[in-house]
Amino acid sequence: MPAPNSEPPAIAEFRVGPDIFRVLCWVASAAAVAALGWIVFEIIQSALPAISKFGFGFLTSSAWVPNRENFGVLPFIIGTAASSFIAILFAFPLGLAIAIFLSENFLPLPIRQLIRFVVEMLAAIPSVVYGLWGIFVVIPLVREFGNWAVVNLSGVPLFAGPAYGNSMLTASLVLALMILPTLTAISRNSLTAVPKTLREGAYALGATRWEAILGVILPTAAPGVVAATILALGRAMGETMAVAMLIGNSSRLSWSLLSPGGTLAGLLANQFGEAEGMQVSSLMFAALILVVITLGVNLIGEAVLRHTQKQTAGIR
Amino acid sequence: MDPIATHSESFFQNGSVESTKAIARSLGNRVLSGICITLSLLTLVPLISIVYLVLKNGLPLLNWSVFTQLPPAAGMVGGGFGNAVLGTLVMVGLGLVIAAPVGILSAIYINEYSPTSRLAQAVRLVAKLLTGIPSIICGVFAFAVVVSTTGTFSAYAGGVALAVLMLPTILLTSEQALIGVQNAYREASYGLGATKFQTIVRIALPDALPAIMTGIMLAVARAAGETAPLVFTALFSQFWAKSLNEPTASLSVLIYNFSTVPFPHQIQMAWTASLVLVAFVTLANIAAQLAFSKKQ
Repeated sequence: MPAPNSEPPAIAEFRVGPDIFRVLCWVASAAAVAALGWIVFEIIQSALPAISKFGFGFLTSSAWVPNRENFGVLPFIIGTAASSFIAILFAFPLGLAIAIFLSENFLPLPIRQLIRFVVEMLAAIPSVVYGLWGIFVVIPLVREFGNWAVVNLSGVPLFAGPAYGNSMLTASLVLALMILPTLTAISRNSLTAVPKTLREGAYALGATRWEAILGVILPTAAPGVVAATILALGRAMGETMAVAMLIGNSSRLSWSLLSPGGTLAGLLANQFGEAEGMQVSSLMFAALILVVITLGVNLIGEAVLRHTQKQTAGIR
Repeated sequence: MDPIATHSESFFQNGSVESTKAIARSLGNRVLSGICITLSLLTLVPLISIVYLVLKNGLPLLNWSVFTQLPPAAGMVGGGFGNAVLGTLVMVGLGLVIAAPVGILSAIYINEYSPTSRLAQAVRLVAKLLTGIPSIICGVFAFAVVVSTTGTFSAYAGGVALAVLMLPTILLTSEQALIGVQNAYREASYGLGATKFQTIVRIALPDALPAIMTGIMLAVARAAGETAPLVFTALFSQFWAKSLNEPTASLSVLIYNFSTVPFPHQIQMAWTASLVLVAFVTLANIAAQLAFSKKQ
């Protein structure tokens, strides 16, 4: 809000407190904007040796042999994409069901509030605790399932043996749990943003509750749900510690969900501490790829979300 | 008979078909509701499992001495994680010292001084994008800027990484907090002859303070639980830190390191550290809610 311009000219000269404060605020804003540029600049600068040495081949090579200075991140890019997509496959039905559950009145309010609290708690648990829990709960479960699947589903490449506990499936399951709050919260917002009149119209035409949900409410909220899924995908791709603790960190490509894999973020977490020379530079290159992918996914998600908000605003 | 009467007669004669249809629809309705409710209640299972295991495995070792002693060496028993608790607090504090002023001052600039300027729009966009970059990238940045130049892993590097992580949360919640201040207050302030500076500092900021505190507590809760930005910036240390310019232990990295060792005592200590960390994060979240509800 603009201040009135009626200050007497005598005061218009430099005032120490207010003007320094204003300049400080401007500097802080400029610094916040510069931060992102600085991050990208530093990463690119540190990655330059690897960029000039490996070039585009870095993306398509699957060798990661530090002692021979031979680096390529194809398995990790595929692992990042695969683990996030599988996590979305698990999380999407669950998240959508919870979002519908929270926006309808199936059960009394206290129970809905409990579920909402539970989902918020899931968001508050640190990643490393998910990892620890995964090691002692999810890994044994997946190993058991794997041993069963290798025998009974032999022939399906997704369940080819030998089955490991530290596997793509384990990491994806825990990831699904971790992105559930993001998916639920944004989906729920877009469901509750559907104008009441639409629902009432559907009921007035004799629709049952689920005919109204599936025929009117979900289609109206669909772009918001899509945005929620994309943003959750972005979160899953950047998630580091739990994945690094559970996925097995292997650079071997495999079709099997029961084999170990690796992700870009996990690679960084595992190798940065002891890296030197060209390995640091290659890791920076990998970090750059991760930044580009996650920024891209998030920009698309934000764009869809903004588009949605405009659309539902039009209905009202 | 007129067409309407014919229609209604056939309607009533077809009653049995209509009612089977109605029953099918109502049944479908119930089945879908059942599925939806079951899936929702299913989320309770993992949370209960996590909380139960953290309590069951973490409580036996929890006593005062874990906060005052150093981590046990490989295969040894006893000890605690006092240096890790201190390290986490110090690094979150360092991050806050950097991120809070920048975040709050930019929020003031983009909401009070020039909300529609290009810079303000850029700040909003960058803040949104920063919330989306993976936390490990904060670590990569701090590694490039601090660790590479000083040549050592340090609490400073960890603090810088956490500052980048906290900045967007603090900035965006502070902006929301300032948006929440009623314009009538500002107008009243100008009406009484206050300058812009006086209005911001004496009227808008105090009114927005509880909501800004909420943002800060949320940022603290998030930063305290993060491992990825610290694992190769602060690294870890078995000892009490003598300065901020040396490898520093933190609770989350301790959990990460101890979770993969083959010694039962260390693993149990990882659970105890998890209990402390989850308790701290939950308390910070509750504090954030309380700070906000005071404003309502």
